[in-house]
Amino acid sequence: MAQIFHRSTNTFSRITIFGAVFILAFLTWVFAELDRSNYNTRATVPREQPVPFSHAHHVGGIGIDCRYCHTTVETSGFANIPPTKTCINCHSQIWATSPTLEPVRASFRTGQSIRWTRVNDLPDFVYFNHSIHINKGVGCESCHGRVDRMPLTWQENSLEMEWCLDCHRHPEKNLRPREFITTMGYQPAGDQETIGRRLMAENHVQDARVLTSCSTCHR
Amino acid sequence: MPTERISPRLLRVLAVWVVILMAALSVACRQDMQDQPKYIPLRPSGFFADGRSERPLVEGTVARGHLDDDTAYYTGKGPDGKPLDTFPFTVTRDVILRGQDRFNIYCAPCHDRLGTGDGMVVRRGYRKPPSYHIDRLRQVPNGYIFDVITNGFGAMPDYSAQIPVADRWAIVSYVRALQLSQNASINDVPAANRGQLGQGGAQ
Ligand code: HEC
Ligand code: HEC
Ligand code: HEC
Ligand code: HEC
Ligand code: HEC
Ligand code: HEC
Repeated sequence: MAQIFHRSTNTFSRITIFGAVFILAFLTWVFAELDRSNYNTRATVPREQPVPFSHAHHVGGIGIDCRYCHTTVETSGFANIPPTKTCINCHSQIWATSPTLEPVRASFRTGQSIRWTRVNDLPDFVYFNHSIHINKGVGCESCHGRVDRMPLTWQENSLEMEWCLDCHRHPEKNLRPREFITTMGYQPAGDQETIGRRLMAENHVQDARVLTSCSTCHR
Repeated sequence: MPTERISPRLLRVLAVWVVILMAALSVACRQDMQDQPKYIPLRPSGFFADGRSERPLVEGTVARGHLDDDTAYYTGKGPDGKPLDTFPFTVTRDVILRGQDRFNIYCAPCHDRLGTGDGMVVRRGYRKPPSYHIDRLRQVPNGYIFDVITNGFGAMPDYSAQIPVADRWAIVSYVRALQLSQNASINDVPAANRGQLGQGGAQ
């Protein structure tokens, strides 16, 4: 019986076997990239909200500090979403008849909560705490991005483990003096590396070994 | 009709594909560990009629350590029911600095950073508050300002939910400092420091 394949196809099959390694590597890479893509992590996708609350108006436009609404961000793990009363502080008089704000007024009248859609949501098996980050000098901007430019809130970063670890290995790149914690568009007064190292010493930031140990975040 | 046998070879190929498919699907599989059946802050509850997992306190509840029986500290009023004109604790530089920080967060949107009552929210149509530097407000006792923060005043909302008691007192001390600063003369500056005034940037 004559050979079906010509001799030269031997080389071809060797190349194919060799190439399979690359194809597998390529597929792994594609998978890893898809996994951390914004499509998968839902980063930078603005969320629909029951009231089109705009940080761009309130923070960028009239310059309200984050802590006016997110009152517990410095003292507790949870940053706090403001209760309706906080909106009514101003909106009892400003845009007091606007139909956009009717859900807010209805909530205030009836005592029913406004159901905001969660934007940043870690899995429940991860422990996260705002106060430690704020008090050691990590600004909101480092994690949430330019909130003052968001007409509707979106998640700025992937919130994947890789992202947390990147900073926990080198916190000096993201530390700022305490008084600029909520500042948007912060520019370090000098070299970030030097300032960061000084703040690490001043704030007694723990060793990278502690910050990257599994039980820091999975407890 | 003869039953057709599936060749073992095909079976093996099929099995491999099923395993690959299952592996691929399980990656996207969210188990209950992602959203565990427990309450984290503000997570809704299907159990209570109003949908809140955070329950309002039953009326009359006193939390441990919150008897709040220090009337002067918690209400700003003396034993005679009149607003206090002192502070219930010693005011230090740190207290005033804390007050400045909190004032700029909670009060400046309306009263502006100098306390003249021309904040951004007022410029967008909120009722204009009086300046802190009018005589009447320079004369009011500390406890009065504390009370305005705690219970609101006229068109001004109350801030008892947003500002803890200690910070309210700190803000009062800073409002006092603002009032002094806007009515200070060169004689209030210690003689030794007067030279620094013109230089700018002096600490
Ligand atoms: C006037 C009140 C107000 C101020 C000031 C404010 N926020 Fe918010 N913030 C809200 C409300 C209401 C929501 C919920 C609706 C939403 O997600 O847009 C929210 C949501 C958020 C979220 C998303 C929460 C989630 O669901 O994951 C982040 C992050 C956030 N704010 C950060 C900030 C930062 C940073 C600042 C200061 C630069 C700030 N906010 C200032 C009212 C405020
Ligand atoms: C400190 C005062 C203040 C607070 C607190 C506040 N707002 Fe506003 N809000 C304003 C002002 C001022 C405007 C008008 C903005 C402008 O003209 O640029 C506004 C505008 C709005 C608008 C209309 C924006 C538009 O252009 O359609 C919405 C919606 C709104 N606010 C929702 C909220 C909600 C929800 C809350 C509570 C979480 C809230 N605001 C809390 C001051 C406030
Ligand atoms: C180290 C990164 C980091 C910093 C700094 C940070 N946040 Fe967050 N924030 C997060 C993460 C992660 C979540 C999601 C938490 C979760 O799902 O449990 C979150 C959630 C929130 C939420 C939703 C409510 C909550 O607590 O889950 C708000 C509001 C918020 N952040 C506001 C702020 C403000 C305001 C600041 C600055 C004062 C700030 N954050 C600083 C990472 C950060
Ligand atoms: C931009 C930098 C940055 C990012 C991003 C960041 N962290 Fe941190 N984190 C810090 C710093 C700085 C500290 C303070 C270390 C210390 O305690 O000295 C810290 C501390 C912590 C601590 C407390 C450690 C302890 O035992 O005291 C936890 C828990 C934590 N981070 C969780 C997270 C999680 C979860 C994420 C991701 C969702 C995250 N962090 C993202 C900078 C960051
Ligand atoms: C700085 C905080 C931090 C540390 C330290 C940390 N993790 Fe994580 N881990 C996270 C976060 C955040 C997630 C959630 C990622 C997501 O939602 O994609 C996570 C998710 C995971 C998951 C689930 C992955 C998945 O896709 O469901 C595993 C497994 C895990 N971590 C193991 C570890 C191990 C093992 C260590 C120690 C070597 C560790 N983690 C250390 C923050 C941390
Ligand atoms: C939402 C805007 C707003 C904010 C924020 C605000 N105020 Fe006011 N405040 C007002 C208005 C309006 C008045 C005038 C009320 C009236 O005459 O009906 C006022 C009046 C006052 C007065 C004078 C009361 C009198 O006897 O005339 C004091 C003192 C005062 N505020 C202190 C504060 C302090 C301290 C804070 C911060 C904790 C604060 N306010 C935050 C709007 C505000």
